[in-house]
Amino acid sequence: MTTDMSQRPPFDVEAVRGDFPILNRPLESGRHRKGKPPAFLDSGASAQKPQCVIDREREVEEQFFANAYRGVYYFGARVDEELEATRSGIAKFIGAESTDEIIFTSGTTMSLNLVARAWGGKFLEPGDEVLITEMEHHANIVPWQMACAERGATLRWLPLTEDRRLDMSRLDEFLTPKTKMLAVTSMSNVLGTINAISELARRAHDVGSLICVDAAQSVPHRMTDASGQHNEVEPVDFLAFSGHKLYGPTGVGVLYGRRDLLCEMNQFLGGGHMISQVYRDHSTWADPPAKFEAGTLPIVQAIALGAAVEYVSGLGLDRIHAHESQLLGYAHEQLATISGLTIYGPDLEHKGAICSFTIDGAAAEDLANLLDIRGVFVRHGHHCAMPLHEVLGVQASVRASFGVYNSCSDIDRLVDGLQFALERLIVAEK
Amino acid sequence: MTIEDLIEEFDDLGDWADQCEVLIDMGRDLSNMSDNLKTEDTKVHGCQSNVWMVAEVKSEPLRIELTADSDAMLVRGLLSVVLMVYSNRSPQEILETDVRDIFSRLGLDRHLSPARKNGLSGMVTRVRAIAAEAVGLQS
Repeated sequence: MTTDMSQRPPFDVEAVRGDFPILNRPLESGRHRKGKPPAFLDSGASAQKPQCVIDREREVEEQFFANAYRGVYYFGARVDEELEATRSGIAKFIGAESTDEIIFTSGTTMSLNLVARAWGGKFLEPGDEVLITEMEHHANIVPWQMACAERGATLRWLPLTEDRRLDMSRLDEFLTPKTKMLAVTSMSNVLGTINAISELARRAHDVGSLICVDAAQSVPHRMTDASGQHNEVEPVDFLAFSGHKLYGPTGVGVLYGRRDLLCEMNQFLGGGHMISQVYRDHSTWADPPAKFEAGTLPIVQAIALGAAVEYVSGLGLDRIHAHESQLLGYAHEQLATISGLTIYGPDLEHKGAICSFTIDGAAAEDLANLLDIRGVFVRHGHHCAMPLHEVLGVQASVRASFGVYNSCSDIDRLVDGLQFALERLIVAEK
Repeated sequence: MTIEDLIEEFDDLGDWADQCEVLIDMGRDLSNMSDNLKTEDTKVHGCQSNVWMVAEVKSEPLRIELTADSDAMLVRGLLSVVLMVYSNRSPQEILETDVRDIFSRLGLDRHLSPARKNGLSGMVTRVRAIAAEAVGLQS
């Protein structure tokens, strides 16, 4: 799968940025002084969409929209065809063995809830344990808390090291024959920490546990190999991600599940399309993926997600990774020039394109508000990771997260914006 | 400075960046609330940053005294507007005034996120409930 990078043109960030109309429009909100385009540094929350994705949504709506898996007429058949082509593109993109293992959901949150409820609801027993980690997003915490409470299972938390990586030296203490599921992020949405999923999968399987990966953050930045067929890595059992962080539309996401597990576990939402037969007193279920796709899918969004996957594949995850690593290095170097600034997370080698930080004496909310005045868009708060912020000992942080369209000039604007904010928040205090 | 002066100043400034600076200055001038008052009970929910508010009913003349605090300077500035409008006013005056109208006259409603507006509404509801109770006690 490795591509010889010398065979391909260098990553041209200006050309890539040109693909995203929203990033080329001067800000016209009345809040911003100069009509510059934004420095968009919140792709970790949701990425902007390239023109090809916007066009694809429009094309479906304008040219062949109909409900899916219901009509034999041309529009219906065309929608089915496009959805299946997307499903197959996604299967290839994340290294699934079969398209039947790709379930369309509304996003990562629904995907993880689906696993916790439909798998957990059948296979978790009192006394069993589910292992999560201290760096999880609430979407990979709360569904497991709910499943454990319902099934009488115990939720355990793998701690972090001082440099905010998973403490693998203590894994044996937490991952035991009692563990039935290890639910873990492949990349922290706050720290950027990249977790060793293959090793975690192997260790989980060694004790008879399954592994469910929250891949929302990593899928847009690094190659995913769910079944391990491309890279001879240990396969994972479930993997969830969202379309909108992958430069695709909102409202659509994916759950990858190992086929045998999808067949064995409970159904999730009941309704149309997920059944085989409905009787007055009971129903039987369709095979996966239909079993988990009750009701009308986000058809337009799902088809446009296919365009996003093609776009990202066209840029090449290897080149995206190289570009973003360079950006991250530059961001660390430049942010280090600001006194009192602390970046949370491990060294560059172990993290992806996210920088979360605090500055002594300045509230995260104030920094985000003042950056906004300069057209620099970042997120502030607990980033849906309250237990992690408790470990970090801060209530809130500012997060700058990067995507394919960001350049060093966005980071320069971030640093300038922070200096502008600090002059107002701190210097004036003296 | 009265609230009318502030409305005039904001109107003159026109620019959100400059208005922000004024709010930050006002936030800096707001007195700190003592830490022992910052409890779960005094916390205003629905705010992104921590916000605390304490309302005390004072007599002769009957009035409500407010103190409020936040981690964020800009939020302290907004709180100081709320205090200008509501603090040391009679319950009747409080019930007759909606600080949200003042925020919209200041042009601030355009710059407040729905989350912040929720926090503000939570605060207004609480102050007005205290005022209504005080009026009830009086009659």
